[in-house]
Amino acid sequence: MPQTDTATILRILEVDFNSIVEEWVGSQIEEGVKRSDLFSDSENRAQNVELLRSFAKGVRAGVVDSEFDLKDTAWEDLRATLSDITKERVKRGVTPTEMATFVLALKAPMFERLKKELADNPEGLIGEVLMISRLVDAFGIYTNEVFINEREQIIERQRLEMMELSTPVVELWDRVLTLPLIGTLDSARAQEVMENLLETIMQRQARVVIVDITGVGTVDTQVAQHLLRTAAAVRLMGAECIISGISPMIAQTMVQLGIDVGTVSTRSSIRSALDDALKKMGYEITKIKGN
Amino acid sequence: MSGIASIHLVENALLVSIQDDVNDTEILELQDSLSRRIAQDNVAGVIIDISALEIVDTFVGRVIAQLAGISKLLDAKTYVVGMRPAVAMTLVELGMYLPEAQTALSLSHALSQLRSD
Repeated sequence: MPQTDTATILRILEVDFNSIVEEWVGSQIEEGVKRSDLFSDSENRAQNVELLRSFAKGVRAGVVDSEFDLKDTAWEDLRATLSDITKERVKRGVTPTEMATFVLALKAPMFERLKKELADNPEGLIGEVLMISRLVDAFGIYTNEVFINEREQIIERQRLEMMELSTPVVELWDRVLTLPLIGTLDSARAQEVMENLLETIMQRQARVVIVDITGVGTVDTQVAQHLLRTAAAVRLMGAECIISGISPMIAQTMVQLGIDVGTVSTRSSIRSALDDALKKMGYEITKIKGN
Repeated sequence: MSGIASIHLVENALLVSIQDDVNDTEILELQDSLSRRIAQDNVAGVIIDISALEIVDTFVGRVIAQLAGISKLLDAKTYVVGMRPAVAMTLVELGMYLPEAQTALSLSHALSQLRSD
């Protein structure tokens, strides 16, 4: 790695600050990543100015040679600015490619300036160009990381929300509970469902629990195992478990898989399960005369 | 009779409550004295209250299962009452479903079941 001179880069950044911003915006337009539909000209310019300013600050304070590391404290400002801008852009629907190209477009105006500055020093020029490339590439990669992190956070949040939403225990009648299961039942969810259900049984002193699987798409051996274990735990607590909503399809699959439900009662619809539960509790639904 | 877990006669059933700090020796003593009382008092059921039990291991699980088995041989029904959610989950996790035992939410629930039998 040829020795590079940060002074040149710094001088360029300081003297030509405004025109670099102009050209940077220009090359963003050329690359088709300016997204005027999402950001106004002034917003876009403000982001560019801010980014370039933290870039200059980083160059002034940081190590800009083969030891360069974006994680260095000298680049803290730049990292913060980059992640702010990325988050803002992600929120408005900018793609990762556009985001990276947006940053990488800074290369063109920088190279242009360096070419003029170091016209009589080709070796120095190559060194500087390499350096700028490394820096700007690192910025680009960093935006991608921020982008992915942001997405992952969204996914994680949605997963937790789904987990909470998908395990409601409803009191149908005095001491009769129902648990409508929807979607797939993996181990983590099954555990959550079971905990929730058993706690509610204790709180409400429930005697009958209807686990309704109408909304469960497929029942494989694992899902069946989870269901039967839940039923066993319910029985141990002293309540009775009825599994309802077993469609003809699911009944066939369960038999073909050789799943033995043992003593657990099963019903095809929640309606017949409720009827059963009420009978067990000593209630009966009768039609009002004259209606 | 074990001083730790006393056995009471309630209606036609024997009531035992197992404490959380019960140790292995005490629980074996309980098993012994309970078996003798079932035969002696000629009861219809045995109610084991485990609501004080916060954790179970395979040993306690097995003793409860054995108690149920013993009562069955002596023609009495076993009701395990007041199991906590965490205990139920652990037993299921350990594969101990206590098929020989009946279960009930509370003492009154167990007694009303026994009466209706």
